[in-house]
Amino acid sequence: MSDDVAGNGAKNGSTGTEAVKAGLARMLKGGVIMDVVDAEQAKVAEDAGACAVMALERIPAEIRKAGGVARMSDPEMIMGIQDAVSIPVMAKCRIGHHVEAQVLQALEVDYIDESEVLTPADEASHVDKRAFTVPFVCGATNLGEALRRVAEGAAMIRTKGEAGTGNVVEAVRHMKTITQDIRRVVTATAEERFAIAKEMAAPLELIEWVGQNGRLPVVNFSAGGIATPADAALMMYLGAEGVFVGSGIFLSEDPPARARAIVEATTHWDDPAVVARVSRGLREAMPGIEIAELGEAGLLQTRGW
Amino acid sequence: MTAADAMRPRIGVLAVQGAVSEHEAALADVGARTSRVRDAADLEGLDGLVIPGGESTTFGLVAGESGLLDAVRARVDGGMPVFGTCAGMIMLARGIAGGGAQPLIGGMDIVVRRNAFGRQVHSFEADLEVSAIGQPPMRGIFIRAPWIEESGPSVEILADHGGHPVAARDATRIVAAFHPELTDDRRLHRLFVDGVREAVTEHKEDSVVGSQ
Repeated sequence: MSDDVAGNGAKNGSTGTEAVKAGLARMLKGGVIMDVVDAEQAKVAEDAGACAVMALERIPAEIRKAGGVARMSDPEMIMGIQDAVSIPVMAKCRIGHHVEAQVLQALEVDYIDESEVLTPADEASHVDKRAFTVPFVCGATNLGEALRRVAEGAAMIRTKGEAGTGNVVEAVRHMKTITQDIRRVVTATAEERFAIAKEMAAPLELIEWVGQNGRLPVVNFSAGGIATPADAALMMYLGAEGVFVGSGIFLSEDPPARARAIVEATTHWDDPAVVARVSRGLREAMPGIEIAELGEAGLLQTRGW
Repeated sequence: MTAADAMRPRIGVLAVQGAVSEHEAALADVGARTSRVRDAADLEGLDGLVIPGGESTTFGLVAGESGLLDAVRARVDGGMPVFGTCAGMIMLARGIAGGGAQPLIGGMDIVVRRNAFGRQVHSFEADLEVSAIGQPPMRGIFIRAPWIEESGPSVEILADHGGHPVAARDATRIVAAFHPELTDDRRLHRLFVDGVREAVTEHKEDSVVGSQ
């Protein structure tokens, strides 16, 4: 892209506004965001109908296996993926790592995922996301956590699930918890909302907004453990506005077919005949992990505060 | 069809992926009935169609394989009014400048450039003078937005930004590179739905004349 094209809008308009940051998440709704580790996988994802890709060095299941400290990906690899596809490219920074986020913004990634899949850099604070032009997506396991992230400037939320397991049970738990929390806030009286704000450790004005509108203030996707078309459709049924699929695609036996099937199942989640048709003959899904086998120390979802 | 039905036309919103509910809310505000279009059968009985923002490559792949794209193209060629925003504008173009061969619907004699204003860090909002709307200006929200690079003689350019056309119409077909559905300004949706109402009324008069 030539210099006179890039930034043309900014000369006569305002960049990085809330409407612009949350707006991109609205355009992603009903879609599938796929983890990819190189340009070739990114093309497979785009050709399967992904609405965006998440560029990272290793998919969560591999990060789990490798152990050690997981960090932001090599900029070279992110740039290779940006050159390969025309759809939005997201990338992950460590929780609280302001400078990794600045680097990703300098690379002009389209969304930053401040992610528990990487090793946290700060045990007390997340990044102040309001200070950035690039929008952020953050994980959450309940309404209070989601609203803390929104208060910090997150323009999109995803349920955390348990990444790299191929087991959807935690994604289901987190989506249902958020829905139940919202229902509780909606039916609460004005007086009760003060107590709920304190209990959930979320700003009162956001609790009141949820009470009036009956939903999160930003788009909410599901992530962490989705491995089949039926898993994706299940998360849509439970109220997700779209899905992230990490290890589920490229650790399966036939990634292009599975990627395509998950896209179809996400669009047609309420039509079981379509989900049945696209689920046929996909060969083996990724091997799954029972959550109890991970133990407390093996959980990624408890990272972040 | 009764006169009351013509006042509340049935508008479909293409619902492969993207900002569907935002358009449904905007269309309801200007008095239209809405339904979601995921399969060719969903087009039956519609007076008009909105193609929302989202990822145009996803629309093309998912709707292309199911035959929905061909069915929409047949209706658009048959004169059904359409309104496309952002990815919707791309889908209604006849071609993409410097771009690959992704599946399109066509219908507007325009060539667009995808992601023309740059990546998300360059996404912006700005006031726009829209000729068919008048004052005050509309607040245009541009998200990885395209612009119109070429247009044919039948196309009326409605708005420019930074020297590039960003909204246009051709009879009852309207396209915008920005997202009026993300604001409370309903003037562009009203312009579209008023066009649909006229088309419905004319069609009714035609069929009355034809039956005599």
